[in-house]
Amino acid sequence: MLIKTRKPHYIGENEVTSESVYHARRHFMAGVAGLGMAAALPRSAWAASQYDEVEQGTRPEWFASRLDKTKWKAVTAGENDKLTPFNDATHYNNFFEFGTGKDDPYKHASEMTTEPWTIEIDGEVAKPGTLDVNQLLGEQQLEERIYRLRCVEAWSMVIPWMGVPLSALLKRVEPTSDAKYVRFQTLMRPEEMPGQRSRFGLINWPYQEGLRMDEAMHPLTLLSVGMYGRVLPNQNGAPVRLVVPWKYGFKSIKSIVRISLVKEQPPTAWPTINANEYGFYSNVNPDVNHPRWSQARERRLPNSLFSTNMIDTQMFNGYGDEVASLYKGMDLRKYF
Amino acid sequence: MRLWRCAVFVAALLPFLWWAGQVAMGQAGPEPGQYLLLNFGQCALILLLLTLSLTPLMKLTRWKGFALIRRQMGLWTFSYGVLHLTSYLLFILGLDFSALGEDLQRRPYIIVGFAALLMLLALAVTSNQYSMKRLGKRWKFLHRLVYIALILVLLHFFWVVRADMTQWSGYALAGIVLMLLRIPAISRALGRVRPRKGHAKVSASRV
Repeated sequence: MLIKTRKPHYIGENEVTSESVYHARRHFMAGVAGLGMAAALPRSAWAASQYDEVEQGTRPEWFASRLDKTKWKAVTAGENDKLTPFNDATHYNNFFEFGTGKDDPYKHASEMTTEPWTIEIDGEVAKPGTLDVNQLLGEQQLEERIYRLRCVEAWSMVIPWMGVPLSALLKRVEPTSDAKYVRFQTLMRPEEMPGQRSRFGLINWPYQEGLRMDEAMHPLTLLSVGMYGRVLPNQNGAPVRLVVPWKYGFKSIKSIVRISLVKEQPPTAWPTINANEYGFYSNVNPDVNHPRWSQARERRLPNSLFSTNMIDTQMFNGYGDEVASLYKGMDLRKYF
Repeated sequence: MRLWRCAVFVAALLPFLWWAGQVAMGQAGPEPGQYLLLNFGQCALILLLLTLSLTPLMKLTRWKGFALIRRQMGLWTFSYGVLHLTSYLLFILGLDFSALGEDLQRRPYIIVGFAALLMLLALAVTSNQYSMKRLGKRWKFLHRLVYIALILVLLHFFWVVRADMTQWSGYALAGIVLMLLRIPAISRALGRVRPRKGHAKVSASRV
């Protein structure tokens, strides 16, 4: 059992002005100011107007300073891929470090400290080192990319991520010729992550994921630091996460603290605990079913009691034109 | 005692009303069908465990109030089980019965859950006085199906777990304890409520 003692400086949730109220005030002030300024809207305001209902969250310097030059809608999804409402994308997550319930990440992720944050780059690289988020992004402009997100559990969303191609970072750290795979690691901090404290958890913490070098270098592979025009909320993997849109969601590892270039295919979280159900590649594939459920279709969220909003799952989540060549000649039933 | 039974009735109805209200008010997240499915299923399991704890509780406390709500609690267990199945058929499957066939092949846990619910159905339809009289000794034998149902329900849940066994372990532990209490020696040690005249039915309906 978890016994919480209340420290004197502790402020209960009900004693704090909620973020939405706080920002409502800011909206009001902005509205007043905007009356005379509507014509001279700076480009960064585009995001604010686009994502009106979105709570802005914190705005660290490394993010704010990049907003002006952000390439909005650098990649868009299909005509029928309506953006998932921000509220749904942030209240329905799998982030097992915070618990197994879909609302656990939203409930508990605020306990995670994301400032300061460093990412260790090591392994087969000429320039290893420890970088903060600002250094990680480097000179690269932020891009907004609207990707379909297909969870292995047969539900899906459409999310406007913000980030930089992972390839830009990898090129900068200069992988050696021995670098065949990239291994990623999530924060390990049980005192802030209730799921890591669980005695009956099945995952071996810290959570690890991996990509083959050509997958990591693929232009679609995104190192994301924001969504809906703001920084990533903690439950979505703040401050920096991976987004690999043609693979099941669990490949897109969250809250990364270490990126290692390695010679061998690294052991990754899900295949380690259940190799029959999850493979290293985990490309979205309607023809290869999960042993416990079909992958042929998916529920596009949000849905309702009156409609399951079921749609056909596409090979490589609809990114086949871009990525199919990576797997030429491979038996995708074997390497699922 | 009438008040007690009414209170139990209301208490068992409340979760349903709460969850239905959350969905109606849009507070159930982006997948309300799944929300209902999981909550109804978990509630059915908890009610099943509670139902099975009534006899040991009665023995321990010698309070007959626990015996008086056994049938009601059993029927509530069945009701939430039916709500769970209905949620699956309506909200997950979308009444697409061609997908049901495929699901049944792929998901053994659905078959197991369905079997458990069929057993509870048999218990529910024979839970009335008429069936008790009619079936006599066989009634008691039939109602021991509840233990098989419990095992199947736990197996059903076990197969759904992906990342963390904590919750399941809690329910399984409770289930094991309740089963152990049925071992004759332990059951006797708990103390027997002496059947007085006119109360023979109470001990006859013990499950």
